[in-house]
Amino acid sequence: MALDSKCPTGPIDEQWTNHKNNINVVNPANKRLIDVIVVGTGLAGGSAAASLAELGYKVKSFCFQDSPRRAHSIAAQGGINAAKNYQNDGDSVYRLFYDTVKGGDYRARESNVYRLAEVSTNIIDQCVAQGVPFAREYGGLLDNRSFGGVLVSRTFYAKGQTGQQLLLGAYSAMSRQIGKGKIEMFNRHEMLELVIVEGKARGIIARNLVTGEIERHSAHAVVLATGGYGNVFYLSTNAMGSNATASWRAHRKGAFFANPCYTQIHPTCIPRSGDYQSKLTLMSESLRNDGRIWVPKSIENVEAIRTGKKKPTELTEEERDYYLERRYPSFGNLVPRDVASRAAKERCDAGFGVNETGEAVYLDFSAAILRYGKEVATVEGISNPSENKIKALGEKVIENKYGNLFQMYEKITDDNPYKTPMQIYPAVHYTMGGLWVDYNLMTSIAGCYAAGEANFSDHGANRLGASALMQGLADGYFVLPYTIGDYLANDIRTGAISTDSVEFEEAENAVQKRLEKLINNNGSKSVDYFHKQLGKVMWEKCGMARNEGDLKSAIAEIQQIREDFEKNVKVPGGMFEFNPELEKAARVADFIELGELFAHDALHREESCGGHFRDESQTEDGEAKRDDDNFAFVSAWEFGVSPSEPKLHKEELKFSNIELKQRSYK
Amino acid sequence: MATTKGMNLTLKIWRQKDANSKGKIETYRIKDISEHMSFLEMMDVLNEQLISENKEPVAFDHDCREGICGSCSLHINGEPHGPDRGVTTCQLHMRKFNSGDTIYIEPFRAKAFPVIKDLVVDRSAFDRIIQSGGFVSVNTSGNTQDANALPIPKADADKAFDAATCIGCGACVASCKNASAMLFVSAKVSQLSLLPQGQVEREERVLNMVNQMDDEGFGNCTNTGACEVECPKGISLENIARMNREFLKATIHSEE
Repeated sequence: MALDSKCPTGPIDEQWTNHKNNINVVNPANKRLIDVIVVGTGLAGGSAAASLAELGYKVKSFCFQDSPRRAHSIAAQGGINAAKNYQNDGDSVYRLFYDTVKGGDYRARESNVYRLAEVSTNIIDQCVAQGVPFAREYGGLLDNRSFGGVLVSRTFYAKGQTGQQLLLGAYSAMSRQIGKGKIEMFNRHEMLELVIVEGKARGIIARNLVTGEIERHSAHAVVLATGGYGNVFYLSTNAMGSNATASWRAHRKGAFFANPCYTQIHPTCIPRSGDYQSKLTLMSESLRNDGRIWVPKSIENVEAIRTGKKKPTELTEEERDYYLERRYPSFGNLVPRDVASRAAKERCDAGFGVNETGEAVYLDFSAAILRYGKEVATVEGISNPSENKIKALGEKVIENKYGNLFQMYEKITDDNPYKTPMQIYPAVHYTMGGLWVDYNLMTSIAGCYAAGEANFSDHGANRLGASALMQGLADGYFVLPYTIGDYLANDIRTGAISTDSVEFEEAENAVQKRLEKLINNNGSKSVDYFHKQLGKVMWEKCGMARNEGDLKSAIAEIQQIREDFEKNVKVPGGMFEFNPELEKAARVADFIELGELFAHDALHREESCGGHFRDESQTEDGEAKRDDDNFAFVSAWEFGVSPSEPKLHKEELKFSNIELKQRSYK
Repeated sequence: MATTKGMNLTLKIWRQKDANSKGKIETYRIKDISEHMSFLEMMDVLNEQLISENKEPVAFDHDCREGICGSCSLHINGEPHGPDRGVTTCQLHMRKFNSGDTIYIEPFRAKAFPVIKDLVVDRSAFDRIIQSGGFVSVNTSGNTQDANALPIPKADADKAFDAATCIGCGACVASCKNASAMLFVSAKVSQLSLLPQGQVEREERVLNMVNQMDDEGFGNCTNTGACEVECPKGISLENIARMNREFLKATIHSEE
């Protein structure tokens, strides 16, 4: 099967408009005859469900949580980008487009990224109209801040809870449609299979997580907005329930999986503290606006700190190595995430990690506290303020900007970050890879769409901060509602899809068998045991740096984990009841298969780009070295006869508007 | 941050097979708990122990484990989200307890939050309240006015934000002797009545949401203030006062 991205031709700034003008549209009366299933209620799924229902489609929406408001987009902290240029600092649609393609290390599709930049401004307007309380300046206008990898301030925010406020906006838009009966909502339901009838996605098999009942749901199109697969690493900043099952089931039914090895390891997370740890907590990238990252210059000071003989606050400026400012003077602490993460790993591998595990660096706000304190003292006309007064004033400013993050940090670590620097270390956060989609967001299965983090399309090999929220809402509010009409226009005479077909029966039986096997396995090891094993292999061999030897052994180890899981997993309880262990088991089974594909993809891509760093491919000063001659393509994998034999398809990436360059933030 | 002491605890946990069965408290013992664990990580350890003993693990709601999704919901030693202030159960750490402690763990209790299993309750009543009016009726459109065409005084925007930080966990209901949902409902009513975008539907909204709240079986507010104390997000009681004003005004207008 040939991959057709369906990207429009012509000047890039006219492509989206021309495309919208030329695709098929379904008339309002006919929309009422068409069913659309949307799986997932995060920013992409929530906004898509609401917008599709507003247009008149009959929407069925599914989430595994007890309410659509709890999807993991809620945890996004820092902000959302938009090319509004409210700060008059030279921002533009082109600049956002350029920053995103460059930030993604030239592995994203130009047409998709340009469209994303173009609709970014509509998102802010839409969210404000819904009553999303973004941060404002004293004049009443919207405030902005900066994020990594860019030289302008284009990030809109609501303290450290931007994702929450945007998701509650989408949730309220959904709620309005649920109240009107335009969306039928299925809480505590998990999609376990995609149903394909005559080559088209026509429904899903879902499990009611309260009763355990297996249900058939049909529709004319299925939208998967089910997020990323970061939990393949076991420990990540994702929610405990975040999983890849919907995507993986679609992949097994023929949807290509693109660039699975592109994973974002976020530089500023709270370091792990013990084996019992269940998840990692992010500290927003926005903190790098005001926090300076450092480790001690000398090993003696590192040891003094680790043994508690010295405190970080006792080290003089000369004794500190602000390694990001040293290595990347023009972007400093605001280099992109992949660069910041690798730099932290480099220092810690060299022995400069500041905690007992040797895997932590400092994020220090003392300079910002003094700077802000002096500013406030000047504004308030306080003459000769004492240092303590300045600190108190500065701490207030920092509290206003990041209060909830500082509180979260203190609750977890029992350290006060106003008084002593935070300890941070990189952790798995976001997956750029995902289901392959064309310009219309359709996967390689007709009628099956993927939106938000679940697709691969916009971030290339590395996502810039505050761009995930932008992409999720762009897909759901402004792209999918239009592009899906092009496909559904052919379905206006189809009528309701029956769930009594052979295809639905087969899909339901397959799910039933899979779950029965898990329940009746009578093994001896818990689901978490296997998930932790998988996570360990992924982190150690497919993590921040990868090489051929490690990846080959990762593949072998993951295959062993899969065999062991099949023989020895133990799932207590029954099928027809509320059974969280059974839910986990089915998800982990899919993660194990996905983990192997991940390693195959990382092994095949013999270049470094963005979040994918191959030891074999680096510049003399240790930066990622791309190989555009051989790897300027999207790797789209087809499920083979087994999880160990994926088939590769390539979509060549063409760059006509941006010159391919070695990325530099120096 | 290595383990400095291992705690031994006695857990008294509410077990209930399903919505229709009778529940009861069961006793479990657990050893070597690190003070750096979160409360839910302690529950994970208990569940691993139960699975290895061929017993059924304890069901509880949880997801983000960073205090923002609002899934986790335990009533710990008589308090929603336990003894710490300004946190959800997932952010509660074991350093708040001592070795030898007995900890009582129960579901959130309210008529409008029926138990599904063990510690898991059904909070869909909250969704239905939002569906009755907790929104601004604006369709998705690329042609809404420019975001900065609507300046909003920072003080109003900040107050609206503070109300909007509610995570819908239900601790307010669980802490209230009347199982009142006034704090939850008033947070949404306040957010939208403080903002210009919410003005058009201001009166209709408060009437519909309060009616739905009553229909769901939540009790009345008697200004005890327990909800504000237990709210992990510090939602202020002032919101309830504001909602009462809004409701009264809207009632008078609707009768004119």
